[in-house]
Amino acid sequence: MIVDAFYAAPALLILALGVYTTFVRDTFPATVGFLAYGLLLTVAWVQLHGVDVALTEAAIGGGLTGLLLVRASAKLRATEAGARAQRPSLALRLAAAVLCGCVTLALAITVLTLPDPAPSLAVEALAHIAPTGVGNPITAVLMAYRAMDTLLESIVLLLALVGVWSLAPDRAWGGRPGPRYNADPDGILAFIARVLPPIGIIVGVYIFWVGADAPGGKFQGATIVAAMWLLTLMAGLSDVPPISRRWMRVLLVAGPAVFIAVGIVGVITTGTFLAYPDGWAKPLILVIEFALMPSLALTLGLVLAGAPERPAP
Amino acid sequence: MIPDASTTPGGWLLPLAILMPFVGVLAGLALGGRHARSVAMLTIAAGLAAAIAIASAALRMGDSLVYVLGGWSPPLGIALRADGIAVAMIVAVAVVITGIGIYARTDFATPRGVGEARAPMLYWMLLLAVWGSLNLVFVSGDLFTLYVALELLTFAGVPLVCLDGKGETLRAALRYLVYALAGSVLYLLGVVLLYAQYGTLDIALLAPRVSPGAATWTAMAMMTAGLLAKTALFPLHLWLPPAHAGAPPAASAVLSALVVKGSFFIVIRLWLDVAPGLVGLPAAQLLAGLGAAAILFGSVIALRQARLKLLIAYSTLAQIGYLFIMFPLAFDGATGMFVHGDALNAGILQAISHATAKAAMFMAAGLVYKSCGHDRIADLAGIARASPLTVLTFVFGGVALMGVLPSGAYLAKKLLLAAADGSGQWWWESVLVTGGLLTTSYVVLVAAQMLRRPAADAPPRASVPRPQELAALALALCSLALGLTAVFGPVPSSFLGNPLAPKELGATLMTIAGGTVLALLFASPLPPLPAALSAVASRSRRVTLPLGAVLEGIDALLRRWAVAGVSLLLVALAFGLLMHGDV
Repeated sequence: MIVDAFYAAPALLILALGVYTTFVRDTFPATVGFLAYGLLLTVAWVQLHGVDVALTEAAIGGGLTGLLLVRASAKLRATEAGARAQRPSLALRLAAAVLCGCVTLALAITVLTLPDPAPSLAVEALAHIAPTGVGNPITAVLMAYRAMDTLLESIVLLLALVGVWSLAPDRAWGGRPGPRYNADPDGILAFIARVLPPIGIIVGVYIFWVGADAPGGKFQGATIVAAMWLLTLMAGLSDVPPISRRWMRVLLVAGPAVFIAVGIVGVITTGTFLAYPDGWAKPLILVIEFALMPSLALTLGLVLAGAPERPAP
Repeated sequence: MIPDASTTPGGWLLPLAILMPFVGVLAGLALGGRHARSVAMLTIAAGLAAAIAIASAALRMGDSLVYVLGGWSPPLGIALRADGIAVAMIVAVAVVITGIGIYARTDFATPRGVGEARAPMLYWMLLLAVWGSLNLVFVSGDLFTLYVALELLTFAGVPLVCLDGKGETLRAALRYLVYALAGSVLYLLGVVLLYAQYGTLDIALLAPRVSPGAATWTAMAMMTAGLLAKTALFPLHLWLPPAHAGAPPAASAVLSALVVKGSFFIVIRLWLDVAPGLVGLPAAQLLAGLGAAAILFGSVIALRQARLKLLIAYSTLAQIGYLFIMFPLAFDGATGMFVHGDALNAGILQAISHATAKAAMFMAAGLVYKSCGHDRIADLAGIARASPLTVLTFVFGGVALMGVLPSGAYLAKKLLLAAADGSGQWWWESVLVTGGLLTTSYVVLVAAQMLRRPAADAPPRASVPRPQELAALALALCSLALGLTAVFGPVPSSFLGNPLAPKELGATLMTIAGGTVLALLFASPLPPLPAALSAVASRSRRVTLPLGAVLEGIDALLRRWAVAGVSLLLVALAFGLLMHGDV
């Protein structure tokens, strides 16, 4: 009974928050609802023993996306009244509600018909883990079995950044992203931004490092490091470099570039792209991850920093 | 059917074709500034060579090329597979990208005295990224890798829309982004449902395992609806007209000719390769029905546009509809399955034909703008004298789309007509013929305006760069000559005849005459006509013009956000119900 409640409570709350986030009219409360929703989803994943997913949800789904949405809603406040005036007609809203209900119902029925236990490749992923040299099967999936997907995802992130930059006005191209933040140098934000980053960076690097054998990994670690960087930015302690800086561009592409280079090493040594020679899997995976982590942290931080707004001098 | 999960000779070309453009993106981003264009040019040369190498390797093999990434065979690992249709698309995309690249060299040069400029830098990165993503779409043998490809394609395509940085194009880009992401989510949902049932995402392993059931149909319906939203099939097209008409010509060409073909190709993979025996004929009739509606709406509204780029964008809407007519014709009644065959070949041929012709037409529209300083269709008189090659390009592209011998569209139409006849689906024959007439109507309309003699006091037309004209013309000629592929392709060459034979010539003339009549009935405004003709036309137009206005009104309604959202759900539900009902 208590166990049931333990599982049911987050599930019900998630549903309630989902409904709240959908129905609330204002952007900011919806964002807050979404943040809470993300936190509860993290709890649910932990309950389902998906700690890797939980970490990702907390870092990226809740944290990073939440931060993006909070900043977007702050910018959108001025337009809110106008958006509300464009409310569609009652008939249209009813049609949308009925259709959403139908789709939800169809999905719910579908989920109930799925085979239980679900067929899974988990056993096979564990059975072949030895040659990869890593202990966490999820890392084996990401860095060995499906390394190509991970490589391409790191390029997706880079393209997302290019997309953010594309919103810049022509004259600001090459300049610094976002506004320059001026926080009170003796205020609480500046204080936190001085105290927290050393700890946060260690936590981020730790989560990155244990990813080889335990839940964690570069994406989650990079998000935490990026968050620390943003904290110092928003406290006015540092500024974003102009996007035309060569070192920054090189750092951005270094991760995917090293990934491809290691793939080519596979071609030279084993004849197959993205294959690791015997006994070299773990070190090569580490090389990729060490190259990817800073690239990812920088990319994520810059995505949040926004489009260039201030022309470089 | 046990899939071959070992690397074939020449298989190594597949990861090369995917990654080369992305390496170009990385190098361009790192080197920056003025180097981006040179990097793109080098990559285009290398990529074109890789595409040709893939084609020749595939011809030598006589079978699909396969590459097992990292030596991990599916289901644990990922295999890349290039079957006939994939190879055809890879080559076509390489040719179109090359043409567009040469054209864009002039438009996207970094100005003197500037280290790096926004639009050129972005353009070259995105052009290469679109290319790599499309190659991934064509050869990916895994449903999740296809999702990654869709994400790449979306993020590469969206910023192309807002390259000129104006407010309206930013709005168009965001519209595209949000709707395309909704489509991605639906696709991903389907992927999850399939994995939960069958424990694999490899297409070749999945095909023998899929079985009828609520979860499979739900997955297929969701994925199809999501992909249609990304392809902008009517009525899920709210983002297409502003995005394709607002982007710079070299970007519109990429978006209209290539990007929408990516999600279209994945629909083929799903329906013909993943679950050919489960989707059923009724769902295919709906799919082609939406295509028919797209042809009608797209063409008639194209005739009512004042600006050339919007006309071409609506023509894309119609031509996308044309691509989906092949689905019910690819259904084999005897086995109850969708099969690779003439209908599919026709669909791919149509896609390639549209890719080459539409790229050429957008490029020509860009040159028209350069020459006249505007693209108002009513004021194009005199352009034929100023830059005859541009007009020729537009007309050749249009003629290729109309389906006149020996264009690819002609061959595709012949194949589809034969398939429709063979399966007794006469209604698609009439759609195909009407579609050809409608295409002709807007081509004739624009051509007539372009060929008009300028008024005595007309402003002079500027001349346009010759390399750009030639690049556009080359692509138009590719489309026009595409039907000749029948000589060494899988298509029976008996479908090709002598274009000057009385029968063919008669058919061509009939098409042009029919198209002209449609243009007279629906075009708004109408070009100046001889008095007698204009009297006859105006009487009939009392009926047809309001009809066109009604279609335009429905289109405007469908392109409202709320309605488009409802349409997306409706399409997903309709496909789900039809797939269920078939068994």
